[in-house]
Amino acid sequence: MIVTIASGKGGTGKTTISASLAAVWRAPLVAVDLDVEEPNLHLFLNPEQQGSEDAALEIPVVDTARCTRCGACAALCQFKAIALMGETLLTFPEMCHGCGGCMAVCPEGAVGTGQRVLGEVAWGRARGARFLMGRLRVGEAMSPPLMRRVKARLGAMLAQEPADAVVDAPPGVSCPAVSAVMDSDFVVLVTEPTPFGLHDLRLAVEAFAPLGAPMGVVVNRAGVGDLAVQEFCRARALPVLAEIPFDRAVAEGYARGKVVADLGPGQRAVFTALRDAIRSRCNRTEAAHA
Amino acid sequence: MREIVIISGKGGTGKTSVTGAFAALAARRGDTVTCDLDVDAPDLHLLLAPRPEREEDFISGHEARIAPALCVGCGVCTQACRFGAIREEGAVFAVDALRCEGCKVCVALCPAGAVEFPPRHCGRRAVSATRFGPMVHAQLFPGQENSGRLVSLLKTEARALAKERGLGLILCDGAPGIGCPVISSLSGVDLAVAVTEPTPSGRHDLERVAELCAHFRVPLAVLVNKADLHPGAAAELVALCRDQGHAPLGELPYDPAFVQAMVQSKVVTELPPSPTSEILAQAWEHVLRLAGRPARRAPLQPFNAQGA
Repeated sequence: MIVTIASGKGGTGKTTISASLAAVWRAPLVAVDLDVEEPNLHLFLNPEQQGSEDAALEIPVVDTARCTRCGACAALCQFKAIALMGETLLTFPEMCHGCGGCMAVCPEGAVGTGQRVLGEVAWGRARGARFLMGRLRVGEAMSPPLMRRVKARLGAMLAQEPADAVVDAPPGVSCPAVSAVMDSDFVVLVTEPTPFGLHDLRLAVEAFAPLGAPMGVVVNRAGVGDLAVQEFCRARALPVLAEIPFDRAVAEGYARGKVVADLGPGQRAVFTALRDAIRSRCNRTEAAHA
Repeated sequence: MREIVIISGKGGTGKTSVTGAFAALAARRGDTVTCDLDVDAPDLHLLLAPRPEREEDFISGHEARIAPALCVGCGVCTQACRFGAIREEGAVFAVDALRCEGCKVCVALCPAGAVEFPPRHCGRRAVSATRFGPMVHAQLFPGQENSGRLVSLLKTEARALAKERGLGLILCDGAPGIGCPVISSLSGVDLAVAVTEPTPSGRHDLERVAELCAHFRVPLAVLVNKADLHPGAAAELVALCRDQGHAPLGELPYDPAFVQAMVQSKVVTELPPSPTSEILAQAWEHVLRLAGRPARRAPLQPFNAQGA
């Protein structure tokens, strides 16, 4: 099963929880960092990297000898990545979404393919599990295409050797976050009990509910703010899978790169209970679908 | 007119709380437009309680929709779509709006002319009044593409508003990350302020966002929040800034007052005076001095893949 750790708001503790869940997971596991803009899971799991590859997007390269300046490609392109300026056809590679439309509509076959490097996909092993991440090139604007590459590799890894996956998603509820949550069997929404946390949790529920995966909430830093998040979860019948009380020692441990589940038996117990809550809910859903 | 954007790379470092405090400090000069550019998960309005004066829909791009009555079930569209957005539904095909990027390829290639291409309604934007002056903000609908286009639109709006009302400063709360919305928020700013924290994630993300600022030749100042969680790492962050020519603005303690203020819909400088509000006031003075000087021309950094 694929468990995605998501959150409407950044900084609620997604990576902390992903790393700790990975540390206590019992079955074969792939730990995945899909927050390609700011990947941080590797900083806590310290994987031994076994390989990496650049991920690139197919972008147009125009053969000016064959191009008749008909403008069909520019008329189709929705992203202003190819434009006819008088008699000159210009391409703007950084604007291209890689849809292949210009290549498909060119009557002369004058549009060939070049590449724009999006970033890299890297994999290895960490704490007895397999590890996978994407890292967006600084200056690259589009994270979803790189995320698709990471997800494709995850699919291949799971096909090769069946395992569960714990996925650290990017923050927010826009396209990249939704793209990360798609195809999950279970979504853990990490929030904090503050007005910011509640506001972004509401958005996250609205964004992810239509995807149909069962969801549960983890309230991190419980006790620092108010109880509105817990009330919201009750009203929306969202299960609160864990409440992790705010503890300065945990914050300091995190600052030192520690995995929270390693800080002591009490902390470990929080995450084994969270793991079991997720597993039992997933099994129940699977049984219901059987 | 000066433009300052608050960024962080990493979420949760206290970007919005700091922006709110800066907005309050700026209000004493009475010449600031505040702008929330984190259009995916905007939170600044929770502190500033804006009263909308003008609201508009945000329409951006288009989305493909297949008319089932016209679809002949040939499958050309699903083969052409590079985003996996078209799936078979019985004898016809249908577009998954969440995956569709609005590229129009299916529209162009459908032999039956069955694909409609209506404009995409992505969110709402507003110009509002707050106790700290005017504010420009927006909210994308969940699942929409977090386009830099909306960010650019808000910045254009803020500049027009500042011009119209004779205000000299635009203060923006940026988005987390280093992608499209952040790149868009950096365009034409005089100074970026990164709010970071002394954690492995904070440092890693600061390095990436600093590289992004260098790439776009935007000078960067750095404020270390929650410094006492790891004083050694905080000192290293300050040293890193000095090494790379970013201006260190100071170190804030891990202060529960930020959340206490938030719960009361206030910014931290509206609570009784504290060391935190004093550090913020000094940091703000420093920011104003830095933003007033011409942009430093940083050399264009080559892209280099960093090792894991």
